Amino acid sequence: MSISILYSVFLLTSLGAIAAIILYVVSKKFYVYEDPLIARVDDILPAANCGGCGSPGCKAFAEKLVTSEDISDLFCPVGGNEVMKQVAEILGKEVAEKDPTVAVLRCQGGCDVRPKTTEYQGPRSCAISSLIYSGETDCQYGCLGDGDCVEVCDFDAMYMDEETGLPVIITDKCTSCGACVKACPRDIIEMRPRNKRDLKVFVGCLNLDKGGIAKKACDVACIGCSKCEDICPKDAVVMKDNLAYIDPELCTLCRKCVDVCPTHSIIETNFPPKKVKTPKKEKSKEEPVLVKKQQPVVEIKVKVESENPSSNA
Amino acid sequence: MLKTFPKGGIHPAENKITASKAIKRMPVPKVVYVPIAQHIGIPSEIVVDRKDKVQKGQVIAKSSGFVSSNIHSPVAGTVTKLDMIVDSSGYKKQCIVIRTDQKDESNFEDAAYPLKKDITMGQKDILKHISDSGIVGLGGATFPSHVKLDLKNDNKVDYLLINGVECEPYLTADHRLMLEKADEIIVGIQILMHALHINKAVIGIENNKKDAIKVLKTASQVDKRIKVAALQVKYPQGSEKQLIKAIINREVPKGGLPMDVGVIVHNVGTIFAIYQAVQYDIPLMERVVTVTGKNLDTPSNFWVKIGTPIKDLVEEAGGVPKGTRKLVNGGPMMGKAIKNTDVPVTKGTSGILIISEEEASRQASKNCIRCSNCVFVCPMGLEPHLLMTLTEKGMYEQASTEDIMTCIECGSCSYVCPSHRPLLDYIRFGKNIVKKLQTAKN
Repeated sequence: MSISILYSVFLLTSLGAIAAIILYVVSKKFYVYEDPLIARVDDILPAANCGGCGSPGCKAFAEKLVTSEDISDLFCPVGGNEVMKQVAEILGKEVAEKDPTVAVLRCQGGCDVRPKTTEYQGPRSCAISSLIYSGETDCQYGCLGDGDCVEVCDFDAMYMDEETGLPVIITDKCTSCGACVKACPRDIIEMRPRNKRDLKVFVGCLNLDKGGIAKKACDVACIGCSKCEDICPKDAVVMKDNLAYIDPELCTLCRKCVDVCPTHSIIETNFPPKKVKTPKKEKSKEEPVLVKKQQPVVEIKVKVESENPSSNA
Repeated sequence: MLKTFPKGGIHPAENKITASKAIKRMPVPKVVYVPIAQHIGIPSEIVVDRKDKVQKGQVIAKSSGFVSSNIHSPVAGTVTKLDMIVDSSGYKKQCIVIRTDQKDESNFEDAAYPLKKDITMGQKDILKHISDSGIVGLGGATFPSHVKLDLKNDNKVDYLLINGVECEPYLTADHRLMLEKADEIIVGIQILMHALHINKAVIGIENNKKDAIKVLKTASQVDKRIKVAALQVKYPQGSEKQLIKAIINREVPKGGLPMDVGVIVHNVGTIFAIYQAVQYDIPLMERVVTVTGKNLDTPSNFWVKIGTPIKDLVEEAGGVPKGTRKLVNGGPMMGKAIKNTDVPVTKGTSGILIISEEEASRQASKNCIRCSNCVFVCPMGLEPHLLMTLTEKGMYEQASTEDIMTCIECGSCSYVCPSHRPLLDYIRFGKNIVKKLQTAKN
């Protein structure tokens, strides 16, 4: 009994020893040198493998960072400046600093403002339906609403709003990897700088048609009236082919264009609610008037009272 | 046993409602919208401006390359604007809008153009006339005809095949043309044979058009070199490659042209246009269009001027019937649904099909059950179910090695699929991507 146990103990130990020797020899003989820097850089990278940098994954990007001499044109959009700074420290190379960007949807043509004129029954994919025709509405530039962008988003930063039929970008989750930009056959999604507190002003339309046609197809279409171009103090608005575009580099986020746009096609995001600002303006205009009026009006109180109920009603 | 192509094919319900309706001439439209991209290849270049007066048959857009074609004004009138109009592709395309003069008498009188049999022109003149007259393949592919006839390479062409198959259900435009213009078509064939030094010509007609076979057989007795072949009724026999295989049993190599096996194929409509261009110097300005549909009041065949809005045609045929769900430019198999009735008739419009609610709805796509029906019916010997899956998964390289590019987009696979899978939609998309990848590589 005890001998058979000893046998198996001896057998397994010797098998293990032989395997260990083989493994040791093989690992020495076929050793592949890998720059330890690659592993260190790979550890820092976000490990999202999204392909936003242009490489097929984070490991490949780490290799590229270590091997190429000039890495100033390489950038990890997910990790941003922070990660690139750390990479630069490890590698001792210079990296470019980029303003963080975020994806924005340049179409507001939801079901309520952009009426459907046809019905599409084919496979629900923007890439396929865009090959067949210009979409269910009369606007051939806007969102098709089949959600190719949502499908490709690795970060769950997008979802389809069932009410409007448009995709919604969750800015906090967006890493600006650019997968949605590539997936959209209409080039509706644009990468724009995040700015402070995600403040953004941009034209939410890509319709190149003439004003009347664009407006007929969609209530919130840019009609190319160039009012925004006229009011912009920094010449940040460029008009081309009946469409306004706000240059993010020149825009100072003054929001004058938002107020003048007759079709509300200019979108502002994350600004504090307008009520805070507009009452100030109104007050500043009205208050002095009231103050001036109040004094003489005191005598004619009856009139003021009679006006009030009618205005309330 | 009648001739046909050996591999695949289907036989959908024929529904040739308008087969007995003689071709009527549409009244001259008040406004025509002439798109500048009516053919495969480079869009033509506009040579008129706003407020220009144009004559009937005047060139309004010039061919802008080898694979391109002239476009002529179908009416006498004034150019009112150069605008973007939705065409049958579903997108807005550049169009020349011409308002017809009230005095315009641009409708042809058939009596004014009696049959002209003698071919007086030389070979070069004939080819130049065909090129100048803006003739493109009128079967639906709209490939510029002069490109097909340009035999620069050492290809020895010994056969001219005339495509009178019209395998699409519903459509009868070619059928009626063969019945009514048989003698002209025969002269047209003689013109091409003379110009290209070809001694053998075969007109392929499916056996469901027995009257057309009979008429053309009698008409072709004037020339022993021209034969008529009755073919078994099978879709997609009207496809060039299938037709060549069916009639003379030659197989066009992968990625090759009919020229590579010594054949040139032309549609009967194109032949008639060539006849008119060469004998009477009339450029391509009108074509036969079948307006049909089960619920339509008076489905008919029309001679229609290029650029006529489709609503005029439908109006002429009794108006859009109640319960209409879909308007198709072309036949039910290869046609394309159009966005609205303002879409103009182009050189490639062979029919307008009006489909009712019950017939139009697509059924929900289910899983593939590996029945391989699509493989059996594919006339090109492909595996549509595999191509669809590869495209769906984004495996374009493998789709390319599975010969996705040889697909002729006949839609037989989607037609027979018991799971109603959108096979052709995906394959078409895959072809698009593979083509882009291939051009990027080169």
